[in-house]
Amino acid sequence: MNDQPVHGQTRYIPDRMGGSFRSALFSWPSLLFVVAVGIFVINSFASPYFLSPWSLSDATFNFTESAIIALAMALLIISGEIDLSVAGIIALASTMMGLALQLGADTPALVAVGIATGLACGAFNGLLVTGLGLPSIVVTIGTMSFFRGISYIVLGDQAFRGYPDSFDLFGQGYVWWVVSFEFAFFLVAAAAFYVLLHLTNFGRQIFFIGNNPVAARFSGVRVERVKFLLFCLTGLMSGIAAIMLTSRLSSTRPSIALGLELDVVTIVVLGGVSILGGAGTILGVVIAAFIMGMVTFGLGLLNVPGIVLSIFVGLLLIGVIALPIVLGKLREALAK
Amino acid sequence: MTSLLRNRDLWLAVVIVLMILATGLRSPGFISGANLLTILNNNAILVVLALGQMAVILTRSIDLSMASNLALSGMIVALVNAAYPEVPVPALILLASFIGLTLGALNGALVWLLGIPAIVVTLGTLTIFRGLIFVIAGGKWVNADAMSEPFVQLTRIPLLGVPLLTWYAVAIVLCFYFVMTRTSLGRSIYAIGVNPVAAVYAGIDVGRTKFVAFCISGALSGLSGYLWVSRYVIGSVEVANGYELTIIAACVIGGVSIAGGIGTVAGAVMGALFLGVINSALPVINISPFWQLAISGGAIILAVILNSRAERRRGRLILKQPEAAR
Repeated sequence: MNDQPVHGQTRYIPDRMGGSFRSALFSWPSLLFVVAVGIFVINSFASPYFLSPWSLSDATFNFTESAIIALAMALLIISGEIDLSVAGIIALASTMMGLALQLGADTPALVAVGIATGLACGAFNGLLVTGLGLPSIVVTIGTMSFFRGISYIVLGDQAFRGYPDSFDLFGQGYVWWVVSFEFAFFLVAAAAFYVLLHLTNFGRQIFFIGNNPVAARFSGVRVERVKFLLFCLTGLMSGIAAIMLTSRLSSTRPSIALGLELDVVTIVVLGGVSILGGAGTILGVVIAAFIMGMVTFGLGLLNVPGIVLSIFVGLLLIGVIALPIVLGKLREALAK
Repeated sequence: MTSLLRNRDLWLAVVIVLMILATGLRSPGFISGANLLTILNNNAILVVLALGQMAVILTRSIDLSMASNLALSGMIVALVNAAYPEVPVPALILLASFIGLTLGALNGALVWLLGIPAIVVTLGTLTIFRGLIFVIAGGKWVNADAMSEPFVQLTRIPLLGVPLLTWYAVAIVLCFYFVMTRTSLGRSIYAIGVNPVAAVYAGIDVGRTKFVAFCISGALSGLSGYLWVSRYVIGSVEVANGYELTIIAACVIGGVSIAGGIGTVAGAVMGALFLGVINSALPVINISPFWQLAISGGAIILAVILNSRAERRRGRLILKQPEAAR
């Protein structure tokens, strides 16, 4: 856990009451792991169908697309920015793939179009935020409507269908036994992001920027360039998620992945990444993704409607963050 | 004169008037008083919500749960009305506002007492409130035939030729203007947005003021819940789904800075009307409604770019003015 950023008492200003929240982060992945195991055990008892390799495999489909984006989003949020346009990027990338399909593109070309669109959208966000110095939360609320809006202009109330069979691999295929392509990709990506964030110079710079962008700039970190690259990375992962989702649904509608950005941010925040930037781990994000997946799948097996599921997800989000703070306050009160 | 030219609200008003005139060239009926009043009435709820959101954004927070709060409060009063039609509607309006206030206070308390960032709290309550609607209503809708006549009519009855819905919005805009510019609460809200540390030294309780801001946004969401259900005569889980971002868009276009402390009541109102005029103008100039989303997205991006210019200029002004005074 040597990746916890150094944060001096000087940053303790009233609009950032993060003291106890941050110290609680030291044990965050372990706390999450306990929660995850608990949910797993409860699920196994609650439904006889849960503990089968195939249903566990099915469970992964529910969250891998959001989880893949969450990996990149975690880095972006640690650096102090946010990208709310990821679902819009998915819609636009999927629409572009549909257009390419109409022009007779084959599977490799479709993949290239999806990735290129994602990268271009990410770069567009990055340029607006770093080039013009705009706040990312509003910029990406704008681009979120803008990207999805283009999909609506292209598609209206129509849909693209008829993706080639070889395209099915990305969202419906399995690489080995019950391990789906999506899930395998997620595991590989998680490992890559772990190395990037925790073991490289670049990852160090992300924490540095998130904790103190001014000090980072004076120390020779190219703050704007790092942030721009992170926006591109988030766009890239959204493009990849768009390929998987399009392949899984075998169609493109402009309403594809509507509201997915909230799932992604929930996974990241649940994973212990400070929404104020500067702290977080990839391990936490990965465990949070599993928690989200198991909660939604487990309750789904018990025939709980999706909308009621969202209550649990919301309570989980607030509860897991509030619990250490409440305990900390109780401890303080008892010590007095 | 230069200060007039730099007045962002004035520019936004000019843009809105130009848009109305340009659309009028294409279809003269668009400029008629009746049509303009309809546009106003169609966007009255957005105006009310944008004001609530502004109060929260000014304190450097954000309330993503407004649309869910609206839908939940609206659903509850619709259910009460369907079950007990004899309950007077003004009592239901108060009930809706009170439910909204309670939900807003919950957000505010989590932000104030536990210090959880507002975006996290309201992201959570956004899904919780929305889910509760399903639980409370058992997944059912409340349709027009279940609602009592006064419940539906109390947003429609014309007063001086203008529906009551518009009058509610006008009354709230006036109250809000008074609170934001003439009371210590309004000043505190601006102060903690501009500089929370200085606000503490000035004796302002930052946490409590944020809490009050969330109560305001909650109460206005709750009131809008009644207005929405009465206006569109439907109570369902899907009411105002995703509308939270439209509310924020109205604020941003109106010049409310997401960094807090900057924004005017007139700006927020015009930001909401700007979106409303675009939505009404598109069909008139024969542009498919499918363009709406991309255009409002483009408008947000443009507004953010212009806002950042205005804020930079304002920063310099603050430094310049004392020198000039000397």
